[in-house]
Formats: sequence, C-alpha cells, structure tokens
Amino acid sequence: MTATADPAARIATPPLPTKVARRQRVRNRNGWAHAILILASLTMIFPFYFTFVLASRTNEDFFASPPKLIPGTHFLDNVRQVFSSIDFFGSMLNTVIVALSVTALVLFFDSLAAFAFAKYDFPAKRALFGLLLLFFMLPAQLSAVPQFITMIHIGWAGSLKALIVPAAANAFGIFWMRQYISGAVPDELLDAATIDGCGFFRQYAYIALPIIRPGLGFLGIYTFVGAWNDFVWPLIVLTNPGHLTLQVALAQLNSVHSTDHNIVMAGSFLAIIPLLIAFLIFARQFVADAVAGAVRG
Amino acid sequence: MSPASSKLLRRARAERPGARRGAVLRAWPQYLAVSPFYLLFAVFGLLPVLFSAWLAFHFWNGLTPVTPAGLQQFKFLADDLVFRRAVVNTLIIWVLATVPMLLISLGLAAALNAVRRFRLFYQIVLFLPSVTSIVAIAIFFKAAFNDQIGLVNVTLRAIGLHGIGWMTEYWPIKILIAALMTWQWVGYNAIIYFAGMQAIPSDIYEAAKIDGAGAFRTFWSVTVPMLRPVLIFTVVISTITGLQSFTEPQVIFSSNAAINPNSGGPGQAGLTMVLYFYQQAFTNNNFGYGAAIAYGVFAIVALFALINWRIVARRES
Repeated sequence: MTATADPAARIATPPLPTKVARRQRVRNRNGWAHAILILASLTMIFPFYFTFVLASRTNEDFFASPPKLIPGTHFLDNVRQVFSSIDFFGSMLNTVIVALSVTALVLFFDSLAAFAFAKYDFPAKRALFGLLLLFFMLPAQLSAVPQFITMIHIGWAGSLKALIVPAAANAFGIFWMRQYISGAVPDELLDAATIDGCGFFRQYAYIALPIIRPGLGFLGIYTFVGAWNDFVWPLIVLTNPGHLTLQVALAQLNSVHSTDHNIVMAGSFLAIIPLLIAFLIFARQFVADAVAGAVRG
Repeated sequence: MSPASSKLLRRARAERPGARRGAVLRAWPQYLAVSPFYLLFAVFGLLPVLFSAWLAFHFWNGLTPVTPAGLQQFKFLADDLVFRRAVVNTLIIWVLATVPMLLISLGLAAALNAVRRFRLFYQIVLFLPSVTSIVAIAIFFKAAFNDQIGLVNVTLRAIGLHGIGWMTEYWPIKILIAALMTWQWVGYNAIIYFAGMQAIPSDIYEAAKIDGAGAFRTFWSVTVPMLRPVLIFTVVISTITGLQSFTEPQVIFSSNAAINPNSGGPGQAGLTMVLYFYQQAFTNNNFGYGAAIAYGVFAIVALFALINWRIVARRES
C-alpha cells in the first residue's frame, strides 16, 4: 500500500524542481484531501458494517432507541433462519454457475470479435461495427417482453440457459476490448506472424491473448459482478420459485420476512460476502486496470 | 514498419482491388470471429425489438388470442396520468441523483489526485459500492430510513429534530432513492475522473502556476476543461442509466399492481418509468401496453441523452 507500489502514483508525480519543494507542497494540500477521503470512506463502509450489526441482533434490538451500533450475538441464529426460509446455497450455486459461464463466454467471444475489429480490415467491417454501437444504445427493457415470450416458446423460461445464452457476447465488452487491443497489441508482431504463415486464430491465441491479459482481467471481473448482481431479467424469466438466483431469492426473502428485519439483513450480508472476498482479492489489479482502460478508451 | 503501412499490408492481403468476392471469402476467420454477437443479438435482441414494435399495436395478456389495437395503446399512454407521474418522478430523481453525484465525484477525484499515501486503499473503498448487490443495499437503505425505527430518524429525534417521512412523503421518497443511487455510483465516477486527471500533462499546470492562477482557479480553468471527454462519458452514462432506474424503488417499495395507489411508495412518489413498465407488463400481463410504455421510455431516454450530449459537447466552443 505504499505510494511507490501504486502504478498510478508513479504517473502522477509532477516534475518539480526539488524533492523538498515537492514534499512541502504535498504536505500543504494533503490535509483537506485526506479529510474528504476518510469521510467518504466511512460513508462507503458504514452500510456494510451496519448491515452486519443488524444481522447479528434480535428483531427487538432493531427497534431499540438509541440504536444499537455494536454487533450482537445472534448472527448464527439469524443465518439459520435465512437457510430455512430460502434455498440459500441452491440459489448461490445457480448464481455461481450463471456468473462463471457468462464470464467465460463473454471473455472468449468479445475478445475474439474485438481482435478482428481492432486489427483486421475486411469488407463491411465499418457497417458491422456501427451496427454494434447502435445495438449498444437500445434499452434492455425494449426487448424484455418478447424475449420472455421467446423463452417460454423454446422452453427455456425458468432455466439458467435463459440467463447464460443471451448474455454470452455483448456490445460493451467488444467495444471496450477493441479500444484496449488497438493500443496494446503491436501491429509489427502480427505482420511478422502473417509473413510466417500464421493464420487469424493462431495469431489470436499465441500473440493477442498473452498480451491482453490485464484487459481481460478487468472485463472478466466487470462481467462477473454484473452477472452476479443481475436482478431484473432473472426476476422476470426465473418462473420457478424453487429455482432462483441469489438476488431474486433475496428479494423473495425480503417480501416473505417483511417484518423480520434481522433475518433480511442476515440474508443480505451473506449475499454480499462472496463478492466482497473476490473483490478484495482482485481489487489491486482491478482498480489499476479500470484506470488504465479509462485513460486508453 | 509504421502502424499505418502495416494496416495497409493486411488490407492488401484481405482485400485485393477488383476481387471483392474473393476478399469476402478470404476474410472468413474474421466473420466467424464477430458472428457470435450478431447471431445472439438477432435472436435475443433484434427479433424481440421488432416483435415489441408489433406488440405495441395489439392487445395481449399472454393467454387469450392477440387482438389488434391500432394506435389505442399509444393514445392511452399519451393520456395516462400515472405514466405522466412516473415520467416526472424519474426526471426529478435523475436530477437529484446525478447533479450532486457528479460534483462530489469531481471533488473526490481532486482529493485522490492530491494525496499519495493510502491512495490505493481509498480507491478500493470508493469502488466497493459499485460492485455491491443493489438488492442487498436497497434493503439496508429501507431499514436505515424507516420512518419510525430507522437509524436516520432515530438519530434526528435524538438530537431534538423531527423525523422525516422518508418512506411516506413526496420529496423525501425521491431524495431517498437519489441518495441510494448517489452512494452506489459516486466512487465509481470519482475513479473515472481521477484516471482522467492522471492523463493531464503536468506542464499545463506549470504554465497556469507561472500565470499566477490559484489552486481553485487552476481546477476550474485547467482540470475541468481538460476532463471534457471523461465528463461527457459520465454524464451520458448517468443519463441513460439514471432515467432507467428500477431496482431501487422496486426493492424499497416492493409492491405489486400498477393500479395499486401505493405502487412505487405512497402516492406513487417513487414510481419510475421502468418500474411502471415492469408492473404493467409482468404483473398485470398487459404485454401490448407494456411494449408501448417501453417505446415511450426509449424515446425519452434517447431525447435526453441527445440533449445532454449537445449541451456538454457545445461547451468546447
């Protein structure tokens, strides 16, 4: 967590006359900035903390005045209640299956298409890419009704296929990867490979893929989080109440236990944990890539 | 070899003059590579959009046969007071959420740019809400802003003030939803702004300093104009997503039928356009009218995205 280990910090270092002058200036403007950032950090973290406080107390504590701000001892009891109300692990397994499948498919299809768009010229390329951007602007709810009807007709309503297949490739990912690949993969390498008789797919697999791994990392986590948190479409298409994803099950828990706040909070807290752990593991890479992608894009 | 000439080389390989059909055939790997998106979109995106357009001119509840409606769905939409209320609600919530959010994001980004210690820690914490489940967080907001027993009102009463009807009154309901949206996306936008600030060449700041500009003046006259591309991106994205807000009111005021006077909260104060669409289409099974609403929403979102684009893009001249 030192400043030198942060790649962004290195870029930021302004070329100043002397080290002393820089340190002086940094110290002068640091106070207000740290104050703002600490306040913001507390605001960002507090809801997570308070969710845990309520999840570890009885429902009576919820009504206590002044409010309880320290965790209690009933967390496991509340968790047990959650497990008996909804199929928590079943819906979590469904969510994991959906999020992993969607992420794997999106990474493959989007990067392959983006590689073709970024590095090759072929007839109708501009028209195809323009079409892609147009699709990007169409709002999702426009297709929600007929998509639901399509799913009923092909017998996918209520099944996880209805969540995975339509999400297997997307305009946002192709657009983002195209920007990334244009800058990251050198043309000279591809030309050399072409002269050596290496075809499109081998160039993708052996030259592009190893280079664009950081870009794939960002797109991967972004897609995984989106699939994990997706709510509206699963709510519509998962018609079987016994076969849900975590987000829909959580909404169900919320409507069943509308007065048992501690149980609902325990369920919310449990649903956040896996993503929180995954995020903290990858955060360093993720934030750095997000910054790199935004600058490049 | 320069990038331009190498691209010409590959173009020459793929597209020899006078042999267009041959070029198309030779580019089969590229077409294969881009095809999954277009196939999936044709089946699950384009077909439904066209079907939606057809559906908007019919009555259908999913069970009885489809009957033609002509322009009746759109006529009804134009006169629908509930839809009008939903449009007004959505616009108010969007302004209440977007304007403070982007200003705070700018401030946070400036702060991030000024510090060196703990910078990565701050970035991670600021990013956290945007990767959090909206359902879980909406449930927290529902609990914390409960009129009688919520932490916020209990605190207000403890310091001698009156509690606020966060879940019952016209403006507080909108502020609550806007606060939730702001909390979730303020850090995300701050990180994007920060990335943009990192890309501003430092000699511009040196020039401003030599010209005698103060810190605040430098920020408004150098940093903000240099951030224009990033600002346009965040404003347009915030407009498109903000005008389609749905999950926040849906989870906070989980209620059902669109005809319910309390859908979207008491007095329908939190009923957004997409929430109304969802209730008409999937709770009332009014698919034809739902499709008409979806096109109404699309028109409004496209209009505002365009207006926004114009306003932000004009600033450069």
